[in-house]
Amino acid sequence: MPTTLSNNVLALLPEYILTIVGVLIMLGEPLLPAGRTRKPLGWLAILGAIAATGVSFWQLHLGVMNAFSDSIRVDAYSIFFQVVIGAVVVISLLASLDYFEGNSSHAGEYYALVCFGAVGMMLMSCSTELLMVFIGLEISSISTYIMAGFRKGQGTATESSLKYFLLGSFATAFFLYGIALTFGATGSTNINVVAAALPHTNSPVLAVLAIAMIIIGIGFKVSAAPFHVWTPDVYQGAPPPVVGLMSTAPKAAAFAVLLRILYSGYAIDQPRWQILMAILSVLSMCIGNFGALMQRDVKRMLAYSSIAHAGYLIAAFTALPADGIAAAAFYSASYAAMNVGAFIVITLVSGYSERVRTGDDYTGLAQEHPVLGAAFSFFLLSMIGIPFTAGFFGKFYVFTAVMHSGHVKLALIGLVNSGIGCYYYLRLITRIYSTANATKSSSSADFELAAETDPALIAAPLNFPMPAVSLRIPAYVALAAAALATLALGIAPNGVLRMAQSAAIATTPANAANQITPISPSSTLR
Amino acid sequence: MQLALFIIFAVLCVVFALNFLFQRHPINSALSLIVVMMSLAVIYWTLGAEFLAAAQVIVYSGAVMVLFTFVIMLLNAGEEERTRGSKIAYIVGIPGVIAVFALLAYTFVHEHSTLGMAHLGGHLNNGVSNLEEVSRILFTDMLLPFEVTSILILVAILGAVVLARKEH
Repeated sequence: MPTTLSNNVLALLPEYILTIVGVLIMLGEPLLPAGRTRKPLGWLAILGAIAATGVSFWQLHLGVMNAFSDSIRVDAYSIFFQVVIGAVVVISLLASLDYFEGNSSHAGEYYALVCFGAVGMMLMSCSTELLMVFIGLEISSISTYIMAGFRKGQGTATESSLKYFLLGSFATAFFLYGIALTFGATGSTNINVVAAALPHTNSPVLAVLAIAMIIIGIGFKVSAAPFHVWTPDVYQGAPPPVVGLMSTAPKAAAFAVLLRILYSGYAIDQPRWQILMAILSVLSMCIGNFGALMQRDVKRMLAYSSIAHAGYLIAAFTALPADGIAAAAFYSASYAAMNVGAFIVITLVSGYSERVRTGDDYTGLAQEHPVLGAAFSFFLLSMIGIPFTAGFFGKFYVFTAVMHSGHVKLALIGLVNSGIGCYYYLRLITRIYSTANATKSSSSADFELAAETDPALIAAPLNFPMPAVSLRIPAYVALAAAALATLALGIAPNGVLRMAQSAAIATTPANAANQITPISPSSTLR
Repeated sequence: MQLALFIIFAVLCVVFALNFLFQRHPINSALSLIVVMMSLAVIYWTLGAEFLAAAQVIVYSGAVMVLFTFVIMLLNAGEEERTRGSKIAYIVGIPGVIAVFALLAYTFVHEHSTLGMAHLGGHLNNGVSNLEEVSRILFTDMLLPFEVTSILILVAILGAVVLARKEH
């Protein structure tokens, strides 16, 4: 069948490109002499990611493609998330180009890991086969576990990597159990077949249990409360460009998977999983926002804020299919833009050794680095949801979608929570814009810093360490791109919203369940 | 005969699983875990899941447990000490385990008529070889996940290199 063959090639073209680039980087790394810069490999990764994103966007013209005996379905929905993931990867690679330079001898492996991780995330967003989703999830998770521990000299980095690994493996086990129970209930692991077989299943209880397990597994990955405990520690210890990447791209992929499984696989059980999602949403919003109030470390604060944002996004799951998917897709794009941007600023400000950590340390940032201060404030304002930023429209669409389906109370809780969120974001912004006081020294850092144990660092004055200007250009380009994306999504959201809506239409039950022949559980492999 | 086989290995499995939890020395725990894995393999085999039984022996009893014992020997791990943390683990863990077990047991008992009963002795698959079916589906419907696993392994190797090699 020549048509199937070409589909198999075309549908996974972005993944093929990234895999090849990743392998090339991996092979090129040992060929470069030990002391030499790894930047060429970084540029290769950036070019590969740009090419993959471009190809993914171009796939939009090819229509819906099914490949590999229906385990892959490339449509507007998967392309939307793949483009978001691709863009995040490109921006984070640009930001980390100089970060590892001279600090780590594993920069080459880092670029390869980012490429492979992106392959996993892209596979997650386009596969309709749960086993394929599982493999993609593992690829993206394992590469992020490794990247979280990249600053090997530091205790927090090891803690971060190990905690993430242990809790993440636990979560994947839940997800896998959910897949097994799905197979038990419907006799298949293909989402389309599951959707068709669910109405005739003999064991609806197993199906409900399967949904619960899958939600727990993905809930861990998107750091939704009560599965959020790992988030602050992991974000604190991981290098900031990596946090920027792992708090957005894998989450977008995980939400893509969850939206697809719930809305097109388990569509008929919607009343049941809606309750679960509403509970998760309320818990995440409240725990995230109240937790963030208590934090002094900026990265920990942003970790709690990301839990809260996961809560806002999960609220969209209680909406009607078309509204909810579009709102969730738009929100993940806008959250990706502003969060990646915020972590690029942290990358530039705190540097590799991260002496600048707490909110107090950020005092007077705007005086010393007006551009960074302004950019950071802009991203924080976007997280609050001020108009003319991406965050405003993200929240607006989610909460209108929730209101349309009649869940007024949930929308109200969300709005109250955004109000609480204002406080800690604005507190940081006022610090950035207040004048630095003369007493600013390492004693103002109220954390157990590396600086407190290292005498050389205690002696050194605490200011914002900056590499030479020429080294920062790629990171500033990335910062500008993230700021532009945040602004563009806040001023003219129509283009992206239209894409998100067509994505929603592509995966709503009526469309996703076409051309399926239901099979009985007994006819498949036992 | 087959029922006797099942009972022997089921009892062995449960007893050594409990022994695994209550032993204080890690090497004793690891060795009892091997017995658990092997008896599980026998139970799988009597249920007609030859593939699962073989995988259980090769992967768990073989690779994973060897790794475990190596790590325990390398670390020279002694008897574990009871701390407040382990007390909390008991207080939270035991009811948690009972709750999960009760939920799953209830579900499977409740649904047993629809799930169908497995027959001891491998009549479950009506003479179709489990191994053949698995390998057929692995190279047809599941070809992509099977192939993509290679990327997963590549990432794991990269991770081992990155995390284990000394910075220079």
